[in-house]
Amino acid sequence: MSSNATLDVVVSDVVTVNSLIKRFHFVRPDGSPLPAFSGGAHIVIEMQDGDTIRRTPYSLMSSPLNTTDYQVSIRRDDEGRGGSLYMHQQVTKGMPMRIGYPANLFSLDKRAPKQLMFAGGIGITPFLAQIHQLLKTNGNFELHYSARNEKLGAYVSELKQLIGHRLHVYYDDQDQRIDFDNLLSTQPAGTHVYVCGPAPMIDHVLTRCKAHGWPKAHTHFEHFAKAPPGEPFTLELRASNKFIEVGENQSMLEAIEAAGVDAPYLCRGGACGHCETDVLECDGTLLHEDHWLEDDERTSSRKVMPCVSRFKGQRLVLDR
Amino acid sequence: MSQPDDSAILSRPRYGKLSPVEANFHVFVADDSGGNSILSLAQSVPKDFFNDAEIIYINTKPVDNKATLEGLEALGCPRLYTGPTIKAALPRINASLERMRMGTQVYLAGSESLLGLATMIAMQVGLDHQALQTEHQGSLARRVQCVHCKGITDNVTTQPANCDHCGLLLLVRDHYSRRVAAFQGVNINAEDPSDIPVKEEMFS
Amino acid sequence: MATSAKDLPFKQETYRNDFTFKNSPETVLRAPFPFDKDSYMYAVNMELHRDGRPGTAFEAPIDVDEHYVAEMQDRALVLDEDPLRYQSLPHMSLAGWDTLELLMTCKAETYPQWFSLTRNGDNWHWINRPMGIDQHFVFGDESTLPYGPLEYITRQAQGDFCVLDERDDNLWMDAGMITTQADWSLDFDIGMNFFEWHAPVPLAHEKGIFIRALKYLRTIQQGNPARRLNWTMTVNPRLDTSPENFHIWGPENTHITPENVADKLYLRIELQSFWRLPRSNALLFPIRCYFLSMRDLSTVPKWATRMHRVLQTLPPEIASYKGLDNYRQIAIDWLAQHDDGSPTTEGPFPD
Repeated sequence: MSSNATLDVVVSDVVTVNSLIKRFHFVRPDGSPLPAFSGGAHIVIEMQDGDTIRRTPYSLMSSPLNTTDYQVSIRRDDEGRGGSLYMHQQVTKGMPMRIGYPANLFSLDKRAPKQLMFAGGIGITPFLAQIHQLLKTNGNFELHYSARNEKLGAYVSELKQLIGHRLHVYYDDQDQRIDFDNLLSTQPAGTHVYVCGPAPMIDHVLTRCKAHGWPKAHTHFEHFAKAPPGEPFTLELRASNKFIEVGENQSMLEAIEAAGVDAPYLCRGGACGHCETDVLECDGTLLHEDHWLEDDERTSSRKVMPCVSRFKGQRLVLDR
Repeated sequence: MSQPDDSAILSRPRYGKLSPVEANFHVFVADDSGGNSILSLAQSVPKDFFNDAEIIYINTKPVDNKATLEGLEALGCPRLYTGPTIKAALPRINASLERMRMGTQVYLAGSESLLGLATMIAMQVGLDHQALQTEHQGSLARRVQCVHCKGITDNVTTQPANCDHCGLLLLVRDHYSRRVAAFQGVNINAEDPSDIPVKEEMFS
Repeated sequence: MATSAKDLPFKQETYRNDFTFKNSPETVLRAPFPFDKDSYMYAVNMELHRDGRPGTAFEAPIDVDEHYVAEMQDRALVLDEDPLRYQSLPHMSLAGWDTLELLMTCKAETYPQWFSLTRNGDNWHWINRPMGIDQHFVFGDESTLPYGPLEYITRQAQGDFCVLDERDDNLWMDAGMITTQADWSLDFDIGMNFFEWHAPVPLAHEKGIFIRALKYLRTIQQGNPARRLNWTMTVNPRLDTSPENFHIWGPENTHITPENVADKLYLRIELQSFWRLPRSNALLFPIRCYFLSMRDLSTVPKWATRMHRVLQTLPPEIASYKGLDNYRQIAIDWLAQHDDGSPTTEGPFPD
């Protein structure tokens, strides 16, 4: 389904949280409540950056119980293709913007007698929304949150007030580390574990879960891959009979959209599978960056996730 | 409701073969010849594997199972329970699974009734059914829930079978519910009650 | 001339015993006839559920028609006999509130003459005039309603309702109000995943239908509902064709004769829609049932012709699964008078 439903909003506030993170508030132009959403949901923000339209997913951090506004926190990424830089440098209070409806790829398993949460850095944001929901339903949870240092530990004091002893904070510069092995050996039957943070942290938690015998169905993670910049290349779209250029700072999906071809998407971070596209011809190497495809699909060069992956070589033809 | 042949439909549980995995603790639940599945797994694990394990063994035929029980005792497991019937062992299975910590691997081996009932208990304590290992050994006798009166009839071996509770003659389907740990039974001759099909031994 | 459901008075009629259910001619014409060509095979026939065509059952997102009050009375009778037809696993409470909000807001917006919803924060006021209900309650507080939120609102909404939890890349049937079902049991199927509760359906698994359907359903987003049609046939306009009561209604399957087939045999159409629920991330799956007797069908020449051809060419496995074996040929013979062999126009709507 390519016609994603969107919402017109206005930026109602931009707050500097620390030296790397800004928080953005969105409201409806008429001030009426935004649609309800579930903890862990993200929105895709559309950014008109010069001639390019960027669409980037960010987790909603505000309370699902109060939708007078939506809030996201965005960490500035000086190495990236510019989505976060655009938000940090161009977006100001009062600006009209367009966002997608909330969608959730990191939902709580509501059957769980206990939720064990691991957050790293900006990965704290989906947990903020989930915690509001869990507090309302008297859910049983604990949150382990690690940050580089106190200054970069966004929302620690708010969380302390909100959840008290259920919050455990660890600062890298004070040599504090989450004791995953201990935590993963002592949880009651039925506990579910959630992790959101930098890729190495996610990998580590998943590895330790496996080593301790945690079933896959009880482990959940969210990581939006970022389409990395790279060498420009030419792409043939067979179904729409078009040849298009994918620029250095553009994803394949963005280039496809810029050419006026409607393509399905949901997370734009290589996680949800919606934009999966058949590769018809490939003379060169697909640079897969997603978390979706199976290993054999990756190596076969028959499928690609154009939201994050790139290509290096002579000729690439997609069924789009 | 005329029934097509629905053999091996997707709600019918599929069983595998027990194989050791990394975990902090291991709980085995088996009945009768299911005990041999534990012994077979034991051949491929390090000697101290069973130091962090518990075995719940239901021994309904003590004479036939003598060698199996001796084999289980020789594994050196700190907790080995033996019980006379599945029903007698259910509170014990519940107690063990309820108290387990995450990082415990649960292995089930034996009759289809045992696999179903132990899976049901594991789900009730909050464990996802996909987290369990199962291996079928021995009886295929079915637990059947009558869709009409909701009564459960144990040890059904014939097709069709009478409901122990309301007496209706039931077609025993392959459609299976993990939540009630039973196959579905639907009145086979509702359209013409005078048509009484012959019972055949099908599940044993 | 198409008539909107809004113009029709509610009928007093029964779906059991004396079976006084009857469609007005306008209701026949607005039915969602399920065949868009002269033959039938399973397909992932999903489409977006929006911008309803005037004068059809698609006009409103949640359709209310002249049978509303009688259908709700029949549901109450079923629940009195067997409360297990409504069930909700403990983790589905939030999805129940989502469902209540969706159905109340849809109905109040589409049919303001019958329904009204006033919200003041979490203090809500709901009026359902056709059923004589005036309810103040606190959204999110079960103690302020006579039933749990899902049971409360689905006692006031036509059709069955499944609520599907999404996890592990699958959909799980974890709550529902099922009193008008085509022969499946919520009590047995609750807790099953998408493949398991569809397991008894023949042929469709082999064709990969359910794998593709699940993939599609999981992409359904808030604000973008989808729908599809399904069908079977039922002797008498009996809503409650449950397996629980099969020993009671099953004998009726043998009661069709060439003399009574026109008025006693019904095409049973299911309008299934799919809605992403916002707070719970669950999927709501309403299954709305429409009855057309063979005589109703004969008032629309294209439909009678097409029904004749569909029944003639239906694969035997599907006919058996749908329970048509006792009367399929009788229906074909009766419908033959409405099929002169000439081609039909494309699409499902009357000419």
